[in-house]
Amino acid sequence: MAHPVDWFFWTVYPYLMLGSFFFGTIIRFVFYPGTITAKSSELLEKKRLMIGSIHFHIGIILVFFGHVMGVLIPKSWTDALGISNELYHMFALIGGGVGGLLALVGIFILTWRRFSDIRVHLTSSMSDLIVDVALLVIIILGMWASFVAGPRNPDFNYRTSLAIWARQLFYFRPNYLLMVGVPLTYKIHVVCGLAIFGFFPYTRLVHALALPWQYIYRRYLVYRRRPTI
Amino acid sequence: MRIKAQISMVLNLDKCIGCHTCSVTCKNTWTNRPGAEYMWFNNVETKPGVGYPRGWEDEDHYHGGWHLNDKGHLELVAGNKLNKIALGKIFYNPDMPELNDYYEPWTYDYQTLFSPAKKHQPVARAKSQITGQRMDLKWGPNWDDDLAGSTETMQEDPNIKKIETEIKTNFENAFMMYLPRLCEHCLNAPCVSSCPSGAMYKRDEDGIVLVDQEKCRGWRFCMTGCPYKKVYFNWKTNKAEKCTFCYPRIEEGLPTVCSETCVGRIRYIGVILYDADRVKEAAEEPDDTKLYERQLDLFLDPNDPEVVAEAQKAGIADDMIEAAQNSPIYKMAVEQKIAFPLHPEYRTMPMVWYVPPLSPIMNYFEGKDSLHNPEMIFPAIDEMRIPVDYLASLLTGGNQEVIKAALYKLAMMRLYMRAKTAGKDFDTEKLARVNLTETTATDLYRLLAIAKHEDRFVIPTSHKEQVVPAHEAQGTVGYEGCKGCSLASAHGSMFADAKAGKTSEEIYAESFYGGIWRD
Repeated sequence: MAHPVDWFFWTVYPYLMLGSFFFGTIIRFVFYPGTITAKSSELLEKKRLMIGSIHFHIGIILVFFGHVMGVLIPKSWTDALGISNELYHMFALIGGGVGGLLALVGIFILTWRRFSDIRVHLTSSMSDLIVDVALLVIIILGMWASFVAGPRNPDFNYRTSLAIWARQLFYFRPNYLLMVGVPLTYKIHVVCGLAIFGFFPYTRLVHALALPWQYIYRRYLVYRRRPTI
Repeated sequence: MRIKAQISMVLNLDKCIGCHTCSVTCKNTWTNRPGAEYMWFNNVETKPGVGYPRGWEDEDHYHGGWHLNDKGHLELVAGNKLNKIALGKIFYNPDMPELNDYYEPWTYDYQTLFSPAKKHQPVARAKSQITGQRMDLKWGPNWDDDLAGSTETMQEDPNIKKIETEIKTNFENAFMMYLPRLCEHCLNAPCVSSCPSGAMYKRDEDGIVLVDQEKCRGWRFCMTGCPYKKVYFNWKTNKAEKCTFCYPRIEEGLPTVCSETCVGRIRYIGVILYDADRVKEAAEEPDDTKLYERQLDLFLDPNDPEVVAEAQKAGIADDMIEAAQNSPIYKMAVEQKIAFPLHPEYRTMPMVWYVPPLSPIMNYFEGKDSLHNPEMIFPAIDEMRIPVDYLASLLTGGNQEVIKAALYKLAMMRLYMRAKTAGKDFDTEKLARVNLTETTATDLYRLLAIAKHEDRFVIPTSHKEQVVPAHEAQGTVGYEGCKGCSLASAHGSMFADAKAGKTSEEIYAESFYGGIWRD
């Protein structure tokens, strides 16, 4: 084992974090369903929340699907469709740039609000503060990787290394050597991202998994009857 | 016809003295907890005034309640289901009141009063109950109580903008009345209809609207859906809370805390039977001024043998039906037509009704030999200090005739009783002009003026022996090992229904949503 640290971060650590994500989510939904809320602080402050929350949520949803596409679609597929590497990256950078910028502006305003608005700050738990800072850091790292570290390392193509490793995670055979040559910014981004997945179920972030789909098709008025013996 | 029973309330505003006892006892019972400090499930407002939260009646601002869409169908003012998703309202609710619209709750720094002796008298300064910091008080839940500071805020009362009568703010011409407010436990509840999680519901047996704290995910659409702004958001638990109509007391046959402690004896609680199948149709009445009468049409005569048979078929308990037959609410709302819903134009079909106040006019009028000339009340009421159109904008969606009829009736009843107790002559023909007889006038007097406890509160005890205990109804999946906790008994009745040959669709509709009409 030539690189024990790399081996740990790209073979063991992802499964620790993803395991924590899956088991934590199951435990939260099965044993503590009543604690799952969006933890809104809109009652306490509205103006900055409006700008921050809308930008952040739209941005982060775009970014999420961008990551899913970037990581899950192998390079061979887009090559087969005749999409050149340059064209692919142009689209990725424009799409990711728009989403990333929205998310960055949003999370910046939300973090500023959480630390400067006295009501919001004093009613926040430590977990709320950590979540905000962690999201701010990961989005800055992501933007840095795409627009600074990427151009500085023209030889590096994440689709031939990082993305392959990420797909390997899903069938439990990650080759950590693929990650060794990846620029440091990308590495930190991945480590932080996995950490967010790791603590996701234990924080307010879990609300993203509790979408009220049933509202779309249910009747408006709900009556409840206590079961008879 | 689908008969349901609804526990409802009438408040006789003529007797409300604005003492806030109801608010305080309610608060001590339900909302003296962290996160709930700013909530008043029951509050008393001085009208005209902006209320709590500020300007709650301004639905152009808060977008609460229902309106009719282009096709004439009911639609939540805050937006239909698709609109809420498409416009990102789930990320940020544009119509939600902010804490400052209610008020920032505070306490006083009492400890400083017990500090060692100093040269100057110690002062207990206000401290925020949210941040713990000192604060300068600028607004509270009753800042404009008894018209205090009303020259600043009174014209912001949304009702004043709606009516033609000019409201005078100078002292000699001012008027005021008290409006105690609580959750209306509406038949067409927009909060329930707004809740994405399905956490809010009407109880099938008595229509009380509750929030399931386990299911609430804190989306806050109930707060904006409610035009009365009577659903609150607990900033500590991040869940919605509201008036529970003191259901643990109601189940025992006891009145709510606000009603029990009311020193003016203004509150009445009773059962109304209504036809749930016709609620939507009634709420889609295009004319605002007719909504009050459309709601009255929903209420069924509990003495009609057909209604009783149908109610028994619908599974309504016999003592619930008996309570409906003796209901003071039915007497006041349907038989005498002296009680009115609060803002029927919100199309919510509210079930807390109000008897309009008469007091200022009687004082003005009683010096003028009214006993000999009862006819005087008709012009006098038309020129009442509280303008009839103001009352109509509060209670009937602008229908002034029904308000006037109720006030004539109340005034005439008082004149009749005064003559009777004073041993004076009274031309009983006059009673007929306001649809009273000597018997009904005396009955009405007993109900409104004597207001005995047993006349005011006719509440059947609930049949707990027939339903599974509440803690079991919550579900006990996962505890198969222990006795009596097999698969959740919450679904027990569904299994029984399935065995009896009902389709899963019927079972779903019946036991989960009470089979109500909407989709």
